[in-house]
Amino acid sequence: MIAKRMGFAAMAAAVSLGFSTLSVAADKHVAITQIVEHPALDAVRKGIKDVLAEAGYVEGKSLKWSYESAQGNTATAAQIAKKFVGDAPDVIVAIATPSAQTVVASTKTIPVVFSAITDPIGAKLVSNMAHPGKNVTGFTDLSPIAAHMALVKRVMPTAKRLGVISNPGEVNSVSLVTLIEAEAPKAGMSVVLAAATKSGEVLAAARSLVGKVDAIYIPTDNTVISAFEAVVKVGNEAGIPVLAGDTDSVKRGAVAAAGFNYYDIGRQTGQMVVKILKGANPGDMAVEGNAMTDLYLNMKSAKAQGVTLSDALISEAKDIIR
Amino acid sequence: MSQIAFLGAIEVGLLFALVALGVYLSFRVLQFPDLTVDGSFPLGAAVCASLIVVEVNPYLASLAAALAGACAGIVTAWLNVRLKILHLLASILTMIALYSINLRIMGRPNIALLGETTVFTPLEALGEVVGLPTYVLLPIALFGLVILVKLALDWFLNSEVGLAMRATGVNPRMARAQGIHTNRYILGGMALSNALVALAGALFAQSQGAADVTLGVGVIVVGLAAVIGGEAVMTTATVFRATLACIIGSILYRLAVAGALNADMLGLKAQDLNLITAVLVTLAMVLPGVRMPFRGKRKGGMTS
Repeated sequence: MIAKRMGFAAMAAAVSLGFSTLSVAADKHVAITQIVEHPALDAVRKGIKDVLAEAGYVEGKSLKWSYESAQGNTATAAQIAKKFVGDAPDVIVAIATPSAQTVVASTKTIPVVFSAITDPIGAKLVSNMAHPGKNVTGFTDLSPIAAHMALVKRVMPTAKRLGVISNPGEVNSVSLVTLIEAEAPKAGMSVVLAAATKSGEVLAAARSLVGKVDAIYIPTDNTVISAFEAVVKVGNEAGIPVLAGDTDSVKRGAVAAAGFNYYDIGRQTGQMVVKILKGANPGDMAVEGNAMTDLYLNMKSAKAQGVTLSDALISEAKDIIR
Repeated sequence: MSQIAFLGAIEVGLLFALVALGVYLSFRVLQFPDLTVDGSFPLGAAVCASLIVVEVNPYLASLAAALAGACAGIVTAWLNVRLKILHLLASILTMIALYSINLRIMGRPNIALLGETTVFTPLEALGEVVGLPTYVLLPIALFGLVILVKLALDWFLNSEVGLAMRATGVNPRMARAQGIHTNRYILGGMALSNALVALAGALFAQSQGAADVTLGVGVIVVGLAAVIGGEAVMTTATVFRATLACIIGSILYRLAVAGALNADMLGLKAQDLNLITAVLVTLAMVLPGVRMPFRGKRKGGMTS
């Protein structure tokens, strides 16, 4: 009988762990939730944290920083949202669409800043980009697709068929693919799509493009970026130049990319969080987007993937990997 | 743990109690290990959300979601009983097919329901009348619904049809000898099971503000953990107790997640969440004599 009671007591004790949360003497409290651990999303979080520290909000000193990942499970994301709303921090930061939607569904009063969301209106997080009006604002990571299509043509002027690999299950990628299908023909290219619903399918998706395309463009798709090396491998083997939507991928073997990386997105999101901590009303703050256009090139990949980069391109590059 | 976090855990626990009841039907009553639920949960969300955004009444949309789930269950059962595909594989085939079907139904991976009229919208108006916030009323409303579903299921499983279904699961050869068309009962049971799961998906999407194609990840794991966890904390000698155990198991699982989310003072970090959840659920199940607080005298087998 005693042993039986012990079992239940252990469960009860385990469950009630949080009834006495660690108290940190802090002026401000920022709670951040993201749907899953992922290099891009982690970079966003780091960018936010670095900017907060530079603005004087240092974790453990003048800032209480709570971070939870739903580890890919939307039901857990919902519980994290409830936990954060119950903790009533000064700002809740939500990275990626499912996390942001559960947070916005859970509070109408606590300021919410979302980040790394491609289509905030489609996700119904805000109804107006310029003037959100309620307790929600944030940062969109929408890629400048028209500029990226122009870059493809500059890297490979003869490109007529552009291969794009994406996960049809990712809402951000679907928005981008729609844009690519609209913009690529204007740059004189037709689009060949390949789908990868899991990171493990990226290699096969990339191989399916060999012989059908002159260049491959990888949008900011969490699934495909996770297995970006697989695309580079195919690009190197088949001599197809690989371009990417984010500049981090250039280090991993893309021949060129122009625009942002996710750390920059995080930094710019962090500046919005700082404004709110200093008293700004999220409803009055326009949803911001990326303004960076830095060009990154990778000469090793250019050689492996069989393209010659023009001198004009090289002189414009912010960073060149050799 | 704040009151909102606690009630939030109860809310999600009650939603997943419907999943647990569905899994109980397939896994325990029919003894049909069914992974279809990883697809039918988002299927319910997809159907419901797609209908709500074109201004269909949310109650009708939820009903349509349950019907869609029933169809998914029938497909799995049909693959098994007609095409003789092993039950586990049959359910996996339906599950992976549903991923594409859900994308087709929604036309995109995510449909937001934030600001739409849902079955829970009346609670906001009610909240203003009675002076209670939605986060209190939502679990109360769900509790009523889950108990209703549980009692209906109890009644069903003790009816003549339900008894035949149970016989089909326990001893199909014997059931056939008694003139029971076992195939029909497998089809019907799987339909009912997945209808419950899809209904849970529809309600989850409405309460959490969006249907997403990734909603199904790990639903079967949570459903099984609730069924087996519930059996660990109480005896399940009768149908009444077995279905009650599903509900309790589901809520305990969510409280374990909520506890794990609050485990930061032990030096545990966000990435440890799933590990802590697993440890908490394991603790609840394997500590000596954990089978207790609601325990009745042990009876042989399942009777009613």
